[in-house]
Amino acid sequence: MNGQSPQVGDTLVLGRQDLQSLITELGREGYRVIGPVLGGGAIVHQELTSVDQLPAGWGSEQAPGSYRLKARGDRALFGYVSGPHIWRTYLHPPVVRVWRAVRENGGLRLIADDGDAPRFAFFGVRPCDLHAIAIQDQVLTKGPYADPCYAARREQAFIVAVNCGRAGGTCFCVSMKTGPKATSGFDLALTEIIDERRHDFLVEVGTKAGARVLGGVSCRPAAEADTEAAARVVAEAAAEMGRVLDTSGLKERLARSYEHPRWAATASRCLTCANCTMVCPTCFCTTVEDATDLTGSQAERWRKWDSCFSVEFSYLHGGSVRPSARARYRQWMTHKLSTWVDQFGTSGCVGCGRCITWCPVGIDITEEAAVIAGGEQAGQGRIGAKENDDGDA
Amino acid sequence: MNGAVLDPMLPLPYRVRQTRRETGDTFTFDLSPAAGGGSFAFAAGQFNMLYVPGVGEVPISISGDPGEPPTLVHTTRAVGAVTRAMRQLKRGDVIGVRGPYGVPWPVAEAEGNDVVIVAGGIGLAPLRSAVYHLLRHRDQYGKIVLLYGTRTPADILYRRELEQWRARFDLEVQVSVDRATPDWRGHVGVVTTLIPKAGFDRLNTVAMVCGPEVMMRHAAMDLEKRGVAPTSIYVSMERNMKCGVALCGHCQFGPTFVCKDGAVFRYDRVRELLAIREI
Amino acid sequence: METLKPVLAEQPFLHGLDDRHLDLMVGCASNVRFAPGEFIFREGEEANHFYVIRHGRVAIEVFVPQRGAITIETIGEGDLLGWSWLVAPYHWRFDARATELTRAIALDARCLRGKCDQDHDLGYELFKRFVLVIEQRLQATRMQLLDLYSVNS
Repeated sequence: MNGQSPQVGDTLVLGRQDLQSLITELGREGYRVIGPVLGGGAIVHQELTSVDQLPAGWGSEQAPGSYRLKARGDRALFGYVSGPHIWRTYLHPPVVRVWRAVRENGGLRLIADDGDAPRFAFFGVRPCDLHAIAIQDQVLTKGPYADPCYAARREQAFIVAVNCGRAGGTCFCVSMKTGPKATSGFDLALTEIIDERRHDFLVEVGTKAGARVLGGVSCRPAAEADTEAAARVVAEAAAEMGRVLDTSGLKERLARSYEHPRWAATASRCLTCANCTMVCPTCFCTTVEDATDLTGSQAERWRKWDSCFSVEFSYLHGGSVRPSARARYRQWMTHKLSTWVDQFGTSGCVGCGRCITWCPVGIDITEEAAVIAGGEQAGQGRIGAKENDDGDA
Repeated sequence: MNGAVLDPMLPLPYRVRQTRRETGDTFTFDLSPAAGGGSFAFAAGQFNMLYVPGVGEVPISISGDPGEPPTLVHTTRAVGAVTRAMRQLKRGDVIGVRGPYGVPWPVAEAEGNDVVIVAGGIGLAPLRSAVYHLLRHRDQYGKIVLLYGTRTPADILYRRELEQWRARFDLEVQVSVDRATPDWRGHVGVVTTLIPKAGFDRLNTVAMVCGPEVMMRHAAMDLEKRGVAPTSIYVSMERNMKCGVALCGHCQFGPTFVCKDGAVFRYDRVRELLAIREI
Repeated sequence: METLKPVLAEQPFLHGLDDRHLDLMVGCASNVRFAPGEFIFREGEEANHFYVIRHGRVAIEVFVPQRGAITIETIGEGDLLGWSWLVAPYHWRFDARATELTRAIALDARCLRGKCDQDHDLGYELFKRFVLVIEQRLQATRMQLLDLYSVNS
């Protein structure tokens, strides 16, 4: 039973039995709630209306090139880590029409596609993915030109973040300073507290919109015991991180290592299948397709996700600039970890681990970075090995 | 509401005023706004994304005069689906234009200096805008030297204009071909061979170089050999572009986006990138 | 321990060089080995050495974006690799890559330039030999340019 309405910065406790009313309230406000459900042997994103659709009691076991669902033995609703789906699918859609063109009166009329943007409520955004959204905000709306489709959807989006209580097998948010606790960029942030005695959620109110939505839901102010319990949950996740990425000076170290022999070795494993770019929450590359109807009087431009792993990606008349797999793998990794910093001021990687899990051959970006930017062999090209030096040069 | 953010991917309709065939598969066309009135302001060295309805869109540098009134002229080679469709355009046809984009030639920084322009093949097209600007403001510059190289005499681009420029007394123009035909009486050899003897002051010169990447690398090396500082040499890069506004990721060249941080780059800033194969 | 002097003495490139000058050169010489595919030097790098190839093959290449690495010429046993060390600003204009296991004698350019400055006779002897090599390569390149075997020549 809540007394006053919640304010920005408040911390409250929401009971498990009241979680449904949060989802209902979001629906009432016109949001399409997207959240985690079981599907296709993984935990994926889908539109949902009921708490019962959440993957209660399910977690996952992840390793390079491997993902398995695993029963937890409890009824935790958010006891899993990132699956193959990303929020970018809703904000920066994989396929979208940009405009139509009509030939008329000897001229050309161009009609932008600016219908109303959908209102999404993302239910269960992990802190790493929260950072990924912030990174895409920077790339797609803070440059000299902004993407109107992304901007409109982003403006409407409501974010319910969920802090992590477990580390995944492949993720490394602590190294990237993106988790396991959400610190900003959410409307509401939940931490699931579950043991023999209780199952409820610590709720942090991030924005006025969050406060407004929470106002329609029954919750009580958090006590010290609650915030402590939540802190322990997050600390557990931080302590069991399985991977580390040394980001100190990483931009410079990689920039000096374009000719490292490891690139060729990794490229011989890489299938250039582009899976990593499809599950990465910060990748933003797109291509355009121009099409016309049979009469040529109507034309459309469509925008689609693209990947730097394809040979055509860098095509210029005469051939591709990056024909080899080595060059394309190198482009992806140096962009993500090094040149992204030059371009946008932060790393492009949030440590979600998806590229490691969903790589069919299990290439691990943290391992590659350690070897290539590691130290002894860092540096471009070497001169021939000297057998014996008799000179007094 | 979408209207809040301007859509940078929406072209404006422009009408083709004139077309002409240049050499081989190279052709030129002029544009003016389809809605009539207005002019298209741009700086020398910038490019547009040109859309042929239903076929596709490509980046093409502007080779017209950026001065008042600006002339929106493009020269390109017909090497792909879109440019081949462009070659079929006739007077009155309408195409879509987005732009101008990109970092222009440093005509302001070059004021008070000699200017040496080194162009190879179709690289003369984006440099022609710079030449127009320099000649319009002739007093602001010292010696101006244009060095142009191409494959054979039949491939010389803008030949009539080159001859007119050569006839002036305040501009040095040298042309060289890689392969001569029996009637050619001029220089034979790669364009970089013209650099050592060209009439500019190495200590007070800005160089603008455009052509195939190998030619630009070697031209920059020869300019440096002659004593021009790498911070005074500018090159123009090319990469696959799908948007022209730094949102699609295609045109990346190391840490730069060619559409936003180029196409004109100061040589010292890209020298190391140019040395990395397949970057 | 054997020095490189006898090895240098038997190189055709240095045939006729007197003992005193050989000694001066040995002071700047070292044995080097390159694995197949290894770069010996890259376009743009400082030209700090030149090489006399004892065994193997080296491709002189230029990398043209989209076309790939184009081999301009290959050189082998007994040949000289590199003359950019003779001409300021001493930067390589091309890439050189060993296409098979290659053994060579590396001559330190700075060391040798210094000795040539001090001993002009050594300088004259070396420059005479280099001019010959450069002349041969230039004539061969001119012939290559003619594209004599092309269908429409």
